Amino acid sequence: MEEKIRITIDGREVTANPEQTILEAARENGIFIPTLCQYADTTNVGACRVCVVEVEKARTLVASCCMPVSAGMVVRTDTKAVRDAQRMIVELLWASGDHNCLVCEKNGNCELQDLVYWLGIEKPRFPIESPGYEIEKTNSMIVRDLNKCVLCGRCVRACNEIQVNEVLDFSLRGSRAKVGPAFDSDYIASECYFCGECVDACPVGAITFAQARFGGRPWELEKVRTTCTYCGVGCQLDLNINKGKIVKVTGNRDYGPPNQGSLCIKGRFAMDFVQHPDRLQRPLIRKNGELTEATWEEAYDLIARNLSAIKEEHGPDSIAGFASARCTNEENYLFQKFMRAVIGTNNVDHCARL
Amino acid sequence: MTNSIEEIEHTDLILAIGTNTTENHPVIGAKVKKAVRSHGAKLIVIDPRDIALTGYADIWLRQRPGTDVAVLNGLMQIIISEDLYDRDYVAARTEGFAELKKTVARYTPEYVEKISGVKAEDLGRAARMYATAGKAAILYCMGMTQHVSGTDNVKSIANLAMLCGKVGIEGGGVNPLRGQNNVQGACDMGALPDVFTAYQKVAVAEQREKFSRAWGVPLPAKPGLTVVEMMHGATEGTIRGMYIMGENPMLSDPDLSHVESALRKLDFLVVQDIFLTETAKLAHVVLPSACFAEKEGTFTNTERRVQRVRKAVSAPGEARADWEIITGLANRFGYPMQYAGPAQIMEEINSLTPSYGGITCSRIEKEGIQWPCPSPDHPGTKFLHGDKFTRGLGLFHAIDYREPAELPDDEYPLLLTTGRVLYHYHTGTMTRLAKGTSERCPESLVEINPQDADRIGIESGKMVVVSSRRGRVTAKAAVTSRSPEGVVFMNFHFREAAVNLLTNPALDPIAKIPEYKVCAVRVEAA
Repeated sequence: MEEKIRITIDGREVTANPEQTILEAARENGIFIPTLCQYADTTNVGACRVCVVEVEKARTLVASCCMPVSAGMVVRTDTKAVRDAQRMIVELLWASGDHNCLVCEKNGNCELQDLVYWLGIEKPRFPIESPGYEIEKTNSMIVRDLNKCVLCGRCVRACNEIQVNEVLDFSLRGSRAKVGPAFDSDYIASECYFCGECVDACPVGAITFAQARFGGRPWELEKVRTTCTYCGVGCQLDLNINKGKIVKVTGNRDYGPPNQGSLCIKGRFAMDFVQHPDRLQRPLIRKNGELTEATWEEAYDLIARNLSAIKEEHGPDSIAGFASARCTNEENYLFQKFMRAVIGTNNVDHCARL
Repeated sequence: MTNSIEEIEHTDLILAIGTNTTENHPVIGAKVKKAVRSHGAKLIVIDPRDIALTGYADIWLRQRPGTDVAVLNGLMQIIISEDLYDRDYVAARTEGFAELKKTVARYTPEYVEKISGVKAEDLGRAARMYATAGKAAILYCMGMTQHVSGTDNVKSIANLAMLCGKVGIEGGGVNPLRGQNNVQGACDMGALPDVFTAYQKVAVAEQREKFSRAWGVPLPAKPGLTVVEMMHGATEGTIRGMYIMGENPMLSDPDLSHVESALRKLDFLVVQDIFLTETAKLAHVVLPSACFAEKEGTFTNTERRVQRVRKAVSAPGEARADWEIITGLANRFGYPMQYAGPAQIMEEINSLTPSYGGITCSRIEKEGIQWPCPSPDHPGTKFLHGDKFTRGLGLFHAIDYREPAELPDDEYPLLLTTGRVLYHYHTGTMTRLAKGTSERCPESLVEINPQDADRIGIESGKMVVVSSRRGRVTAKAAVTSRSPEGVVFMNFHFREAAVNLLTNPALDPIAKIPEYKVCAVRVEAA
């Protein structure tokens, strides 16, 4: 293991690993440096310059997310020059887009809004000139409003480096630069797999969940952590609940394994079934050939009577049970216990083979 | 999985055989791609279809469907003849090497090429790349198991991994990727005809007595029937009553016409589900259950990690959690089942299941634990077989290649192979109700190679009839070189084009898994 080195941040002497950046060392020691484009587990690109700091003997302010520490380095995160630079950057970002919090889904959970507030900016000193892009609403899952994009590139890196779907990139240059799929197409016409990683990665309201639009403000949503119901990866996810309904599904990188916050289209966008009107709500019993609604008591009675009669006449091995790879461990345990201890047969299996 | 999902990203080589993981387990697929793109891992793909992962592969072996044993034996033949195998590991940790060596000796690259279509030269490159990699993980899925030679395929994979000393190390192993959220857990919990929890055998008196004591009743010793055997039993009249919890065999089982007539013959059928599925429509009693978002409990993922399921919303109407329904029913039969909730059921599981002994609900509040975890102070197990195998020495199985049960002929000249697509899940009961996934993938497609399409005179977007000896379905053609010549691919998500009307119910003799990956069909313009 390499030797730790000593550096000074805001007058405090701290230790750091030689391969760490200034930002990492600061965070590890509880010193706050604001960021926007920085996104864990992806390349540090230093695109937004919000994380600038002063380093003694450096020619200019440096982006702390990209600058490695070195022995004896003296860093200041809170000087006037740093704050002036941060204000300039944030005011330019604000002025170059349509950052209207009144109608933005990210209001209350927006990193640009947080920066404006933290820096105490009343209004930008430049005229606001939104690029006037059409809002992309051509699919039912993801809405893109590039007028709110701050070109941090987090969606591009999430798509290429985390999900490795390699769909998003930058196109054009200068003030016309934008993010998106190849040939400036919309998501639905592209190769996009709709994993939604870009939505979770977006710090502002440029990429949002279509079905969650007007479904609840960030502070109204209750997040319930659970395990995805689809494939065997067992992704940990947050069901976002408002007034008893699932509004959207978000990943949470703090949950760690197995998915580190990543999801796929099914876990992300295929939860409509939970609240579908076709869900069974009451037991059904076949009467005169038709399935008709019944009470639980009637249903239980009918099952007990019929299965007991079959067991009586043909023996317990004339009854078979399908457990389910969809149900919980506890339920499968009880199901096989029921078949073995109550019915008295080992005829229990499930679709592991299918 | 012998190993863990996070190890995939940091291994030296990944061999993916019979798994289209970017569509079936996309988050694992992402880790494979990340290992290649960001960490310089090598990737070998062995698959008849041009799946997304082939675009990331160093070597792609495109075998004919159903010839996997020949390919795997061929790899081992080269590794042994070039002395690239792990002699120390084979000597210290395995037995049966001599027989293996004798059997695979016949599988020269030329012979394997004749059977599988894999070029001798590519086979050699793949063999050397796998054998000489430091850490190498094999990933596989239903492309290996859904064959009459499914068990042979899996044993052959294990042979290869042990031969090169790649089991019992971090970043290595033999890793089946589970397709359903809790198929691992359902197996662990004894929802199988021959075992109780943690694979304790019903036929072993000592283990049976343990459960008999805990449950307070005598228990049957004779192993029961598997899913497909139950359906045969229903047809023959030996099975009279059936209780189906949360499954839809009317779309998922092979040879559906037979399944329907079997279910209709039953004296009494109970189906417990969240929707009125094709199967539920045939029932005498249908019980409404709560879905995953409406109840508490645990699922066990493909890497043996037991994780919490939490209630986020209320179940509709009078629907109840499956565990509540079962306890209610047991009580009605006069067998008392009283639990305050899933946590208390887990306590009973802990007490009867050695590998789950220390996995309590409170311990997995923040992060799941991987079994085996025998006691409350045990951290769980990241990878298996570290010092020794469960049986002691790892046993090589000398296995010969056998043909699939039904191959193309003059009447049915194409080979049909089936699977899932990214945008849907199993029988489509859930994903087809979602706007987004249906927007991306609204209908079933018959993927067919351009050569075959030309010969038959069909083009993309046109309806075609696909027929086998068991049935026929109509669906839209997608002409694509993703399918090799002579092979068509269909998914099983759509009841309008229920591919399991076509599939062959021939079973692997040991695992009793149907051969979904190979049957003979004819394709014609509709």
